[in-house]
Amino acid sequence: MTALRQAQGPGAAQGPGAAQGPGATASVPAVETMPLSRALNAGLRAALAANDRVLLMGEDIGPLGGVFRVTEGLQAEFGDRRVLDTPLAESGIVGTAIGLAMAGFRPVVEIQFDGFVFPAFDQITTQLAKQTYRHEGALQLPVVIRIPYGGHIGAVEHHQESPEAYFTHTAGLRVVSPSTPNDAYWMIQDAIASNDPVIFLEPKAKYWMKGEVDAAARALPLHASRIVRRGTDVTLVGHGAMVTTLLQAAALAESEGTSCEVVDVRSLSPVDYGPILDSVRRTGRMVYAQEAPGFTSLGSEVAATVMEKAFYALEAPVLRVSGFDTPFPPAKLEGSYLPDADRILEAVDRALAY
Amino acid sequence: MSSDEQGLVRVIAADGSLAPTPAAEPYLAIVDGLDDAALEGLYRDMAVIRAFDVQATNLQRQGQLALWPPSFGQEAAQVGSARAARPQDHFFPSYREHVVTRIRGVDPVDILRIMRGLTHGGWNPFDPKNGNTHLYTLVLGSQTLHATGFGMGLVFDGRCGTGDPERDEAVIVYYGDGASSQGDVHEAMVFASSYQTPEVFFLQNNQWAISVPVSTQSRSPLHKRGEGYGMPSIPVDGNDVLASYAVSRVALDEARAGGGPRAIEAMTYRMGAHTTSDDPTKYRTSDEEESWRRRDPIARMKAYLLGRGASDTFFADVEAESAAVAEDVRVRTVELGGLERDAMFDHVYSEPHPLVEEQRAWLASYEASFEEEAS
Repeated sequence: MTALRQAQGPGAAQGPGAAQGPGATASVPAVETMPLSRALNAGLRAALAANDRVLLMGEDIGPLGGVFRVTEGLQAEFGDRRVLDTPLAESGIVGTAIGLAMAGFRPVVEIQFDGFVFPAFDQITTQLAKQTYRHEGALQLPVVIRIPYGGHIGAVEHHQESPEAYFTHTAGLRVVSPSTPNDAYWMIQDAIASNDPVIFLEPKAKYWMKGEVDAAARALPLHASRIVRRGTDVTLVGHGAMVTTLLQAAALAESEGTSCEVVDVRSLSPVDYGPILDSVRRTGRMVYAQEAPGFTSLGSEVAATVMEKAFYALEAPVLRVSGFDTPFPPAKLEGSYLPDADRILEAVDRALAY
Repeated sequence: MSSDEQGLVRVIAADGSLAPTPAAEPYLAIVDGLDDAALEGLYRDMAVIRAFDVQATNLQRQGQLALWPPSFGQEAAQVGSARAARPQDHFFPSYREHVVTRIRGVDPVDILRIMRGLTHGGWNPFDPKNGNTHLYTLVLGSQTLHATGFGMGLVFDGRCGTGDPERDEAVIVYYGDGASSQGDVHEAMVFASSYQTPEVFFLQNNQWAISVPVSTQSRSPLHKRGEGYGMPSIPVDGNDVLASYAVSRVALDEARAGGGPRAIEAMTYRMGAHTTSDDPTKYRTSDEEESWRRRDPIARMKAYLLGRGASDTFFADVEAESAAVAEDVRVRTVELGGLERDAMFDHVYSEPHPLVEEQRAWLASYEASFEEEAS
């Protein structure tokens, strides 16, 4: 029931009354409707309150609350030793977060925008990802790197990118991306509780998307994928903001007589293939949609693995719908660059034509 | 060197005579406080590690190690700074601080295990026997940020600046003239200053970043950069173990007491190659090498100790210990075993990871398939 309710996406901004609907339990007060950014804020607040070794670091995350206001009010509540407005230097932020973790802290770093993570790329890939291996297990690095990512906000260069493949390609990192407020609330807490470094990709286009957050009932484990809409003809798979688009495509397909199942990957590394393979074995067809360029992307990896593990179940090649292999274009062109429901349905039609 | 000499702290001259520079005046009381045993200990540290260093170079030449980065010539800067610290202090080396790690308790063979292809780390920094010595870092300058973050942790936890020198902790991080050009070093100094970390940035200027001279890294003395970050910065003769000790001692004491970060530039010289893969004859003159050989830190300290009346027995004893350490290292290195194939999958993550475990299992079954074929 939960999955189907969330499957309705941003159009289903449900208001408090929704808590009375199916799926609501007796502990109604725990369920609250809020935008995804507010759910992250609540999750961060819960993590800060639960463990005094947790601290937040980033640019403008104090009085301003971050450029997306995800940390709004947290410095006032927990003080400037728990919520740090750092100097403006991404490598410095991640590098000192590593040192803080060595000193027993659990730093949660905010990178302001996807394209600004690259000054920290060296510290993330050569240090953060490899320290536990280098230390042969003597050091755990519970560091979370939060990165708002993806397009749809009409912004300038470096503000709309999807850099996930750089991180999924790096052993030692875990990479996750929530697509709903409830997942955002729980996954940020689970990421902070993880003893491994976690790249936490926030679909910035969905920061304002409202949904129910159930603070009393834990979501799925951090690294689980989830079937969010049931269907029988084609399996649509994606992550982050693209899950909403997949659900729109599935709704449109249904009106044309095609039944699409939708899987939210949630965890980009490791990938939980169970629900994906389960779905593909029933539908025989799969389309992966992502904003990132398709060449050597997460969609490529999942497609290859599904073809290896479910080859005899497939009625058609696994298809990918991706951003083009260009730099993210000027915003006036993002509507053509980013996959939308129509491009996903074009792929669905191709898959069904086999 | 003339501009570098300005403000330079030096206590003993290249010929071993006591000849303090004007800048050394504030440090002389600390030097005077060193008794004969302490002075001889500094010499012993330097002499033993040079024997180890020569042994390691030989082991590489004999195919026992893939690579060796010698510390030859930089012993005084390293011994002085390491001996100036307290047990509770934290060390973040680069990858040439062999005597620093040994002084803190790390087994030198653990360094050789890295160079023999057996580990990327070598020791556990959190095991008390290793004296809070963090691992070597090969990406130049990266460790300066880790040290600064660690120092921020000390500040946040109130582990410095309480006024109790027995309890307060400091951090010392090592890097070189080449690494000084890395952005991470800049960012580390910015963060250190912002958060007033109890930290000493210890720059060994050994004049060469592999083949590129320090003049390419900076047109002004590197220690002058400290001022730009708002931290005291002291140039010291890094081939003078007494000056290196005294300057480090003051900087660490001040940092530990809550004075914020400090920088030290130790002027020294990499008398050997950058690593055993390097060929210094391609980029520097033998005249230059000879001029620095005359400033050898160990010969200098030996002359100073002889002037103070150190006995032949002492030097013979140090020589015997050096030979014994070198021999012990050789024996234990060539006896090092290999690695289980499975070990590459260990500790990629702290918590279980399905992909790693799947590949571990696959490799095991792949290997087992050959055994089945053979049987």
